[in-house]
Amino acid sequence: MILVLIDHDRGELDPLSLRALTAARKISDEVQAVVIGEAGSSLSGIAGEYGASAFHVATHAGLTDYAPAASGKVLQQLIAQLNPVAVLAAGSPRGNEQLAHLAALMDLPMAAECSSITLSTGADSPHLVTRARWAANLLEEANVHSDLLIATVLAFSVEAEPLSPPLVPTVEKFTPDLSDRDLQVKVIDRGGDAVRGGVTLADAKVIVSGGRGVGGPEGFTALEELASLLEGTVGCSRVVTSAGWRPHAEQVGQTGTKVAPDLYIAAGISGAMQHIAGCKNSKTIVAINTDSEAPILAYADYAIIGDLHKVIPALTAAIKEAKGR
Amino acid sequence: MDILVCLKRVPLAGSTFLLTPDSRDVDTNHLAFGISPHEENAVEAGVQLIEQMGGSLTLLTLGSADAEEQLRSQLAIGASRAILLETDGEDWDPQATASALVEAIQSEETKFDLLLFGAESADNAGYQIHIRIAHALGLPIVTNVKSMKIENGVARCERVVGTQREIYETPLPAVITVRDGLNIPRYPSVPGRIQARKKPIDHKKPTPKVPKLEKVSLSVAPSNTGGAKVLGNGAEAVPALVEVLQTIGILA
Repeated sequence: MILVLIDHDRGELDPLSLRALTAARKISDEVQAVVIGEAGSSLSGIAGEYGASAFHVATHAGLTDYAPAASGKVLQQLIAQLNPVAVLAAGSPRGNEQLAHLAALMDLPMAAECSSITLSTGADSPHLVTRARWAANLLEEANVHSDLLIATVLAFSVEAEPLSPPLVPTVEKFTPDLSDRDLQVKVIDRGGDAVRGGVTLADAKVIVSGGRGVGGPEGFTALEELASLLEGTVGCSRVVTSAGWRPHAEQVGQTGTKVAPDLYIAAGISGAMQHIAGCKNSKTIVAINTDSEAPILAYADYAIIGDLHKVIPALTAAIKEAKGR
Repeated sequence: MDILVCLKRVPLAGSTFLLTPDSRDVDTNHLAFGISPHEENAVEAGVQLIEQMGGSLTLLTLGSADAEEQLRSQLAIGASRAILLETDGEDWDPQATASALVEAIQSEETKFDLLLFGAESADNAGYQIHIRIAHALGLPIVTNVKSMKIENGVARCERVVGTQREIYETPLPAVITVRDGLNIPRYPSVPGRIQARKKPIDHKKPTPKVPKLEKVSLSVAPSNTGGAKVLGNGAEAVPALVEVLQTIGILA
């Protein structure tokens, strides 16, 4: 049996958890799910739709909001009861963090951001994983020497697929034994929106992103106009935020936000590895660059070779015309 | 306030990767080295804190003897001293790395008030060493911090998740991992570089362990597209792009 941590924020599902459930189903006949905190109890139905046969709800007066060390403790206690062969979570900041707490508590290895998992076939053979390194530019084949496999599933390495017909999981309450210390680090407040405007990088269907080639903060006005015309938002590369042209919240890349829009327009972005890491999961990438040898072209689906200061306004005008027809 | 910053020497990869013939490592023959991006912010945060509050800033790394280069350049920014846990350069797995770092931290006379890490290493991205260290030392940990304020022995930390800012508080001593955007790391000054040459670096030899997460080989991840279809040059190519946007459903 594989136990999958279903992540939620005060009851709102992290959709990457459904990919983790799908990945678990591909390597095991029996998948069970766990949510931490009563607020997650409404997710049993969707957990069943994606293949969970049992749904464990960890309930405790202290589990009112995200508390990663407590999650590690909850998982450790639940594992002792259920004895799964593997524990999986989404390869998200929260998924990685909670399973790392579990691995630290149990002093077991953890394989983060796995794109493929093959479970051990016997007592003496290790689990085999392929995991992303260097911001998913390199893949590592690794052996995991441990009875229990603790691993997170690389975001976007698997599509969430519902099970047909769905399962109706048995709902099991679980009351963990937690100390104040386990609950010491916990979200105590929220600071409101971290980004300006309505559409955020993480949710945007269209992102118009600018790099060094934009030339300065004023150059982004044209990108903003194009983005709003396509009901999207503006992103940028690390060079741009380091230069102070745009706020850090707009940075796409390993050190910024990882995005996966339907359309990613990379204007004046050469395509440093750390930037590619943040945009390679976009459905379609269009590069606009003066350099026909720019690395971004290896990752883009389409390219226009030319000066973005001419191409972007022309594109904006053409789209206005197309929409007007 | 006594602060420890952990860092890691990594090759500064450009836009393509070459691997060694045995496919176990990145071929670094033509690459320069630095530290992981978020770690530059961790050092800067440490320097700012001791500038404001006094105290010491110690750097700790596990790596080859060449990691002295990275320690010297961060000492030039304002750290007081450094500890180099010298290996033969082979990657250590996260458990072995964490336990060597813990041993070094525990053998220090200084009891650190704050242990800072970058949120993830550029090369391994295992997302766990800092958490293992926090557990081994019995300290609270807050990760992925983008803004931080320390007052009366309590660190108030902000982390960005999706579109929301989350606030955490932890008493010190604590482990905190930081992200790019926390601050703008400074460049070392010339006097800083000269002073750094004289600052002490302790060399220690930790004992390797059998890896539990055992690397077998590396490969370059396949590119999604195999290369862009060039639609044309300059504004003349715009109609072709509009057609593409219609085909993929962005435009009606």
